Amino acid sequence: MPTLKIDGKDIAVPAGTSIIEAAKKAGTFIPHYCYHPGLSVAGNCRMCLVEVEKSPKLQISCFIPVADGMVVHTENDRVKEAREAVLEFLLVNHPLDCPVCDQSGECELQNYYMNYGLYESRLFEDKVKKEKVVPIGPTVMLDGERCVLCSRCVRFCDEVTGTHEMGIVNRGDHAEITVAPGKELDNAYSGNTVDICPVGALTDRDFRFKCRVWFLEKTSSICPGCSRGCNIEIHWNKERPYQTPNERVMRLKPRVNPEVNQWWICDEGRYNYHFIDQNRVLYPMKNNGKDLVQASWQEVMEEGSWVMKELQNTAVIVSTDVTLEDLWIAKELFIHKLGIQTIAYLPTKKSGEEDHLLRKSDKTPNTKGAQALGFEAKANEIFSLAEAGKIKTLILFGHNLIDLLGKERAQKIAEKVDSMVWIGSNQHEGMNLAKWIIPSSVYAEKDGTFMNYEGRVQRIFKAFPALGESKAEWQILKEWAQHIGINLPYENSSVIFEKMVQAESAFNGMSYQKLGEEGVLLNDSKDEGRGTMDDGRKKHVL
Amino acid sequence: MENDAAIGAYEYTCYRINNGFVKGIHLVNRKELTFLERIYIFEAFKGILITSTHFFKNIFLHTAHLLGFLKGQSAAVTIQYPDEKREYAPRLRTRHRLVQREDGSPRCVACMLCETVCPAKCIYIIAGEDPDPNIEKVAKKFDIDLGKCVYCGFCVEVCPEDAIRMDTQIMDIAAYSREEMLLDMDELLHPGSRKNG
Ligand code: SF4
Ligand code: SF4
Ligand code: SF4
Ligand code: SF4
Ligand code: FES
Repeated sequence: MPTLKIDGKDIAVPAGTSIIEAAKKAGTFIPHYCYHPGLSVAGNCRMCLVEVEKSPKLQISCFIPVADGMVVHTENDRVKEAREAVLEFLLVNHPLDCPVCDQSGECELQNYYMNYGLYESRLFEDKVKKEKVVPIGPTVMLDGERCVLCSRCVRFCDEVTGTHEMGIVNRGDHAEITVAPGKELDNAYSGNTVDICPVGALTDRDFRFKCRVWFLEKTSSICPGCSRGCNIEIHWNKERPYQTPNERVMRLKPRVNPEVNQWWICDEGRYNYHFIDQNRVLYPMKNNGKDLVQASWQEVMEEGSWVMKELQNTAVIVSTDVTLEDLWIAKELFIHKLGIQTIAYLPTKKSGEEDHLLRKSDKTPNTKGAQALGFEAKANEIFSLAEAGKIKTLILFGHNLIDLLGKERAQKIAEKVDSMVWIGSNQHEGMNLAKWIIPSSVYAEKDGTFMNYEGRVQRIFKAFPALGESKAEWQILKEWAQHIGINLPYENSSVIFEKMVQAESAFNGMSYQKLGEEGVLLNDSKDEGRGTMDDGRKKHVL
Repeated sequence: MENDAAIGAYEYTCYRINNGFVKGIHLVNRKELTFLERIYIFEAFKGILITSTHFFKNIFLHTAHLLGFLKGQSAAVTIQYPDEKREYAPRLRTRHRLVQREDGSPRCVACMLCETVCPAKCIYIIAGEDPDPNIEKVAKKFDIDLGKCVYCGFCVEVCPEDAIRMDTQIMDIAAYSREEMLLDMDELLHPGSRKNG
């Protein structure tokens, strides 16, 4: 391993590492625009200049690999002066749009200007005009004037998605970012270009002007959009209800996890957050034969608890949207304490598109978790039993029977079953078939874990309190159990997780601490294909 | 105990000041009341005397003015609000207004800096897309709750577009309910109007 000196600090890194990465390891941040660890090196912004001893000119640290005995200075006068000059150059044609620009608050031009620029302006305000506010695709808006031509977005479309929609045309001052003639930026991952654009040239049409970024709170979570389980951050705000009425979540952003999603998430997942605040079931309801009417928790728990006593003919279908904690409580209660045999898991959504990058066809986050806890995929068997009139009580976790089975079959089942209980978070047509409706919280409102398709257990964190009277599934089951005299002494999800780890050998050695930011793989999960993008492309080292 | 220590420290500071450690401060010691002052009744009469002297002097002078005498001597003047209004200094911070562009649209681009800086959290803005790409962003809704505003003027100072000012010279901000204290964008753009009041 070559050893080099960066600002007087010795550091050994693997051969082939670039200076910028070595510096990061040594704890020195080198400002940069075009360099992105997930993309190839372009070396066109010149922001990362450093002085390497014995070489006559300053060098770009993103491109130069380390060598043994190298001595690098990142903070001397020559470097500082060069950075200042580069910034001045980059800002020559940059409009001072900051009050309007959605990037304001997250913009590297602003940040670097304050940290490394602060030069006397020599500007005479005859800037080259370019196109502004161009919708270049369904999700992305382009402002040519603000672009610093770092080419990150171009490389993203070339290297990651391989769809080649974007390019830089013209030369010099007139160079401009654009989409290829007749094309749109509409690949399944287009939102990522907004994340990697260091300035406000590409903005998210979904998020634009909805909320200034400095008002946002951030909570780490896992995307529930498919079984990949991409690491995300939920950006939310509830202090300003007048800005976005009845909407708390403003956007989702990917969180770097080299083992799962690297730096990216798909658009499907990125824009899949509206359900958190829309069409929610806010309070328990009861079907009086014609309509659903509001009921109290007391009513549901007491009148509904007979449902649980009639064990012979009770069937339960859990969903794969809920956390491992919820599933394990369901297992404890229904299988261990009540001995129900007719219990199965069933994803609430039909399978969808899958590709070589991240998206998986299973569009729910915890199917593997349900399997690992021993739930079986025999929902169809249960539905057939129900059709034959052999099921009196059917407990569903958010499933839309009409969607899954078709209207006719769903209605038939609803007629044959005496009492259908539906525990779910979002309203849909299928919910009306149930006799009891119990409101549950969504993933952003609870603590817990999901297990992704390769058996990685990852944490989700509670961002804000549950809407209306809804509660986490484990809590609902626990209270219900209490009404029929079964004590499930678990106060929060971390206690449940601990108990689950003790009870299920596959989870051996796990704890919320150990899961941390990147999650832990289940003991018996296979090694194949893990942590790489599925096309086997070289995994980037962080 | 803690209190004693605090008092001690306070006395020490006074001592330092009294002994000239701190220069440039004019110290006035509190005057002890005399016996007559402390029994209060004489002081009360003294007060009544002063008040009535002014009262009768003013009545006399105002009557004289009415009759056309003693014009040179001024009597106490009050402003007959709301018939008369007082002139304010131009720099006084009065009710907010939003500045318009030439075509009458608001100059505000909903950057929300004023909302961010406002210490009373009384500005509520909703941003929207402007059809003109050179403007790009516009305030769709802009409310200020004057019931909360502390007239600090930070919002004016922070605005990068010079879109909000407090130069309307309107100070009579009163209403019968909290809701009426809320200025909407229309009223802010046309400061003379008062829908609510
Ligand atoms: S649009 Fe953004 S990411 Fe693309 S080249 Fe310009 S600055 Fe870079
Ligand atoms: S690939 Fe799946 S988990 Fe990842 S962001 Fe998309 S929907 Fe979410
Ligand atoms: S004057 Fe001060 S308190 Fe009033 S709106 Fe402006 S910033 Fe807020
Ligand atoms: S600071 Fe000025 S431009 Fe920005 S929102 Fe307030 S009034 Fe509008
Ligand atoms: S980051 Fe090195 S040249 Fe752009």
